[in-house]
Amino acid sequence: MNAPEAPLLTADGLTKWYGRQLGCRDVSFEIHQGEVLAVVGESGSGKSTLLRLLSGLMPLDAGRVCYRLRDGVTRDIAALTEAERRFLFRTDWGYVHQDPAAGLRMAVSAGGNVGERLMAVGARHYGRIRGSAMDWLTRVEIDPERIDETPKSYSGGMRQRLQIARNLVTEPRLVFMDEPTGGLDVSVQARLLDLLRGLVSDLGLAAIVVTHDLAVARLLSQRMLVMKGGSVIESGLTDRVLDDPREAYTQLLVSSILPP
Amino acid sequence: MTVTYNFAYLDEQTKRMIRRAILKAIAIPGYQVPFASREMPMPYGWGTGGVQVTAAILGPTDVLKVIDQGSDDTTNAVSIRKFFGRTAGVRTTTRTAEATVIQTRHRIPETPLRENQVIVFQVPIPEPLRFLEPRETGTRRMHALQEYGLVHVKLYEDIARHGHIATTYAYPVKVDGRYVMDPSPIPKFDNPKMSDSPALQLFGAGREKRIYAIPPYTRVASLDFDDHPFERWRHHCRCALCGAEESFLDEVITDDHGSRMFVCSDSDFCESRRGEATTSPEAVSLASDTETHHG
Repeated sequence: MNAPEAPLLTADGLTKWYGRQLGCRDVSFEIHQGEVLAVVGESGSGKSTLLRLLSGLMPLDAGRVCYRLRDGVTRDIAALTEAERRFLFRTDWGYVHQDPAAGLRMAVSAGGNVGERLMAVGARHYGRIRGSAMDWLTRVEIDPERIDETPKSYSGGMRQRLQIARNLVTEPRLVFMDEPTGGLDVSVQARLLDLLRGLVSDLGLAAIVVTHDLAVARLLSQRMLVMKGGSVIESGLTDRVLDDPREAYTQLLVSSILPP
Repeated sequence: MTVTYNFAYLDEQTKRMIRRAILKAIAIPGYQVPFASREMPMPYGWGTGGVQVTAAILGPTDVLKVIDQGSDDTTNAVSIRKFFGRTAGVRTTTRTAEATVIQTRHRIPETPLRENQVIVFQVPIPEPLRFLEPRETGTRRMHALQEYGLVHVKLYEDIARHGHIATTYAYPVKVDGRYVMDPSPIPKFDNPKMSDSPALQLFGAGREKRIYAIPPYTRVASLDFDDHPFERWRHHCRCALCGAEESFLDEVITDDHGSRMFVCSDSDFCESRRGEATTSPEAVSLASDTETHHG
């Protein structure tokens, strides 16, 4: 009998202070391969801090983040060398920013944006790089004819989809998403969510999605964490939390969305 | 009253500082060493970096050649040659084979360099990654961690836009399998000459305050794609003056009706092929005193 697979990422007691201001306190959870975890809460509740701590963009004050690398060895993110961490970031991880301009190179064509990660890990065949860029543009529903245009000429929704393609081209196992649908209008949001849901299940991605939008959490995630004032106040299966919220704050959040 | 300069203009402490930077640069091929660039009696863009490197390595027995775009008789070349003629009293030449130190802007001579020669390049922007990463902290980290994917993004953009690698000068190279380096704005025709060259190659950027080097017999590879390999490029014709078929050519417009001719950009190479004895450097510099050039 196979032993149950080790978690992909383990967060243990993550704490961050900004001077005397609390960023987040004692956050612990595990995420397994193929699982989508939503982190919800109001502005200033520590969601984005948590994401930056998990992805190693910001040093921790206490706690640790362990990640199971492709070779099966689980290692503490803080103990990786900078070169290893940056390599991980370019290959096995993705990071989708709320503002696509932060995650894209706006002066470089769409093809170059998607191909950059491939070239960063040593791809040196123009035809093949372009082929996978074409392929990924198609998968995120961008007309491949527009491969040589820069993202400046793209709409907001297209930019966000391009950013997703750019992140997924190296077939990462874990993607961090910071408000992936923020700033988009409702019909574009729906289309993007639909696309993301398809990609996540096709590729068996694990994802940590930070959002203030409970509908996003409901559609994408299997489990969720509810944060308030830097701490996790409730966690569990998404359907359970949304249908039967226990904490007063979660009840407030859930009741604040208009019924469909 | 006569003003006397220290040998080769710079004071000895400054030369020591520059020599230390040069030694470090030679020890780490292709790595950009910061140095305390001095104000020189010429504008930035005229070779203040190259002049400081030359001043630091020049000895009384050296023979100096200065070229600008391959030519010995353009303003930049003439004025720098005169500068060292006056401040160091070294012998100057236009002959590549006779020179021990060659300061250059935009070309490597056609005549192959040999051991015991030093070529000094004037560099405007030493950072090859500047195109996509404007932050100095960012580019330094990328060099340190050998993250050079961005250079290929630049080449990718070239092919996507033009169908081929359209970078024709300052074509990025990798030195000794480690550092990606800007070879200064030489045409990519000259890139292969840098690899395994018997001569020492030094690069000085005055405004950007950087010195870097390629030691003799070091492998220098021009970056490319497997299916779009690096290609040398020259005008596909002969030199109109000397008939050379293998040299790098300049296009010269000869009238207002579109007539043009192609001539060797390396004037010394062209003249020696035509068998003409070159006029002495002194005569060249005197003659150019009366000419006016743009910068």
